[in-house]
Amino acid sequence: MAGLAKLSLSKKDTRFFQNQLLITLNYVSRLQKLRTTGVEPTSQVTGLKNVFREDIIEKERILSRDEVLANAEKAYRGYFLIKAVLG
Amino acid sequence: MKNLLSLSIRELQEGLKNKIFSSVDIVSECYRNIERINHLINAFITVIPKEKALGLAKKYDLMGYNSPLPLQGLPYAVKDSYLTKGIRTTCGSKILEDFIPPYNATVIERLNKAGAILIGKTSQDAWGHGASSENTDFKPALNPWDKERVAGGSSGGSASAVATRCVVFSIGEDTGGSIRNPAAWCNVTGLKVTYGRVSRYGCIAYASSFDTMGPMGKTVEDCAAVLKVIAGKDPYDATSSPEEVPDFLSEIKKPIKKRVLGIPQGLLKKGIDREIKNAIERAVERFKELGLILKKVDLPLLDYGVAAYYIIAPSETSSNLARYDGIRYGGGRENFTKETIRRIMVGTYALSAGYYDAFYKKAQQVRTLFIRGYRELFAGCDAVIMPVTPILPTRLGELINDPLKNMLADYFTCQTPVGIPALALPCGFTKLGLPIGMQILGKMFSEPLLLNLGYHYQQITDWHKHQPEI
Repeated sequence: MAGLAKLSLSKKDTRFFQNQLLITLNYVSRLQKLRTTGVEPTSQVTGLKNVFREDIIEKERILSRDEVLANAEKAYRGYFLIKAVLG
Repeated sequence: MKNLLSLSIRELQEGLKNKIFSSVDIVSECYRNIERINHLINAFITVIPKEKALGLAKKYDLMGYNSPLPLQGLPYAVKDSYLTKGIRTTCGSKILEDFIPPYNATVIERLNKAGAILIGKTSQDAWGHGASSENTDFKPALNPWDKERVAGGSSGGSASAVATRCVVFSIGEDTGGSIRNPAAWCNVTGLKVTYGRVSRYGCIAYASSFDTMGPMGKTVEDCAAVLKVIAGKDPYDATSSPEEVPDFLSEIKKPIKKRVLGIPQGLLKKGIDREIKNAIERAVERFKELGLILKKVDLPLLDYGVAAYYIIAPSETSSNLARYDGIRYGGGRENFTKETIRRIMVGTYALSAGYYDAFYKKAQQVRTLFIRGYRELFAGCDAVIMPVTPILPTRLGELINDPLKNMLADYFTCQTPVGIPALALPCGFTKLGLPIGMQILGKMFSEPLLLNLGYHYQQITDWHKHQPEI
């Protein structure tokens, strides 16, 4: 599970979280007692659909390249620098 | 000039207009209080340089107050989850300890345009994950009424900064009680708005489908004044509502006679502190004196609220926090706290193939049942009164070390996936002098009514005027 979420845990941490997750999952499993056959799931409550705006460039909202890169750990010639993804 | 910060927004505006004091006087008092108090209770993670705030105050004083901006010259604080251009924004996490946002959240933008003066960024649980402000990589926000206890969370610093009169008002963020819980534990008033009432743009997301941005202040009237400024449709947040923004300040003064107040049955049996129970019962009596009709009601699926919340919120947060890869901004994922790792893992589990139907989808179906339940509830009454928390402010270390207790602190505030608003306000003190808060819930977009009820309550009570001796 930690691997899926890109978290690295020590052996000690793994044992700690096994116990914590067990407590949490055990508690939330009480939902199984509720009948939900045929009930639509709700993922948002606004009732809004297809919220559009004009496809125009808003100049006051544009960030410069320098602003975008300002918080990057490593940048090179205007690009984010990362470790090679392939081999 | 002393104790300007104990005055309400309306009183401050009158004083500014009549030149009894200036914004420079108010802002100076903020910094005196912060210097005296902040190291005792850790309300702020970042304080804006005094000269910068005083510069703005001078500008507003020069402009004069004959036809002032809505919050001209009034100093405020904001939870550190809101992006502030050029001002460090940490969200309580080491991952963002050096992060300088390149733009402002909409709420910040609107407050600044209204003439409010930002004084500082307040302490919180990292990413909003907690009810005690202890899940932080900085110092935990302590309770100004008893420094061995926590301020509550996750917007702990926003509550304690108002309680100790370090600012006129503050902004919090509520996903599962994060405005109401610290408001109750610090003796301030806080409004969890209807989902979509206030733009979420530029506030670091916890659970995107029910995060809400709201005001915290000394009085209901102050919260109404701030809400008027920050509410309304924002083109940058597609989930912000086109619903009209009423004039909350005139709405709150309307008569409330014959409004029907729901009193949940059996609620007070559920492991709730006796002093909290008594305070709520006394508050109900006061509402009766104000002419409200009391009606017994049943809260829908109360025992399932925490469970549904603790599946949906971690699922959304595991997805939201996936963006922290240490590449574009912020440090690496090794910096997450244990509490946050736990939530990411619960969410990842609930969303993963094979468990999705049993957990995430099931919880979203239960969410539908909740929405139906609350719709039926508010067909029979205008508002419902109940405690904010079942327990008094906890001692340092009490919540953070017990995941189940930590979850159950949200027992009365975790109806957030429904989207309805709730107003938290002071309603008494324990024998030991700890504050007690109640909340009033209503249907979607019922903020005018909730503020209306709270305003009248505060006209005949003075709990909200009590200040901690610190």
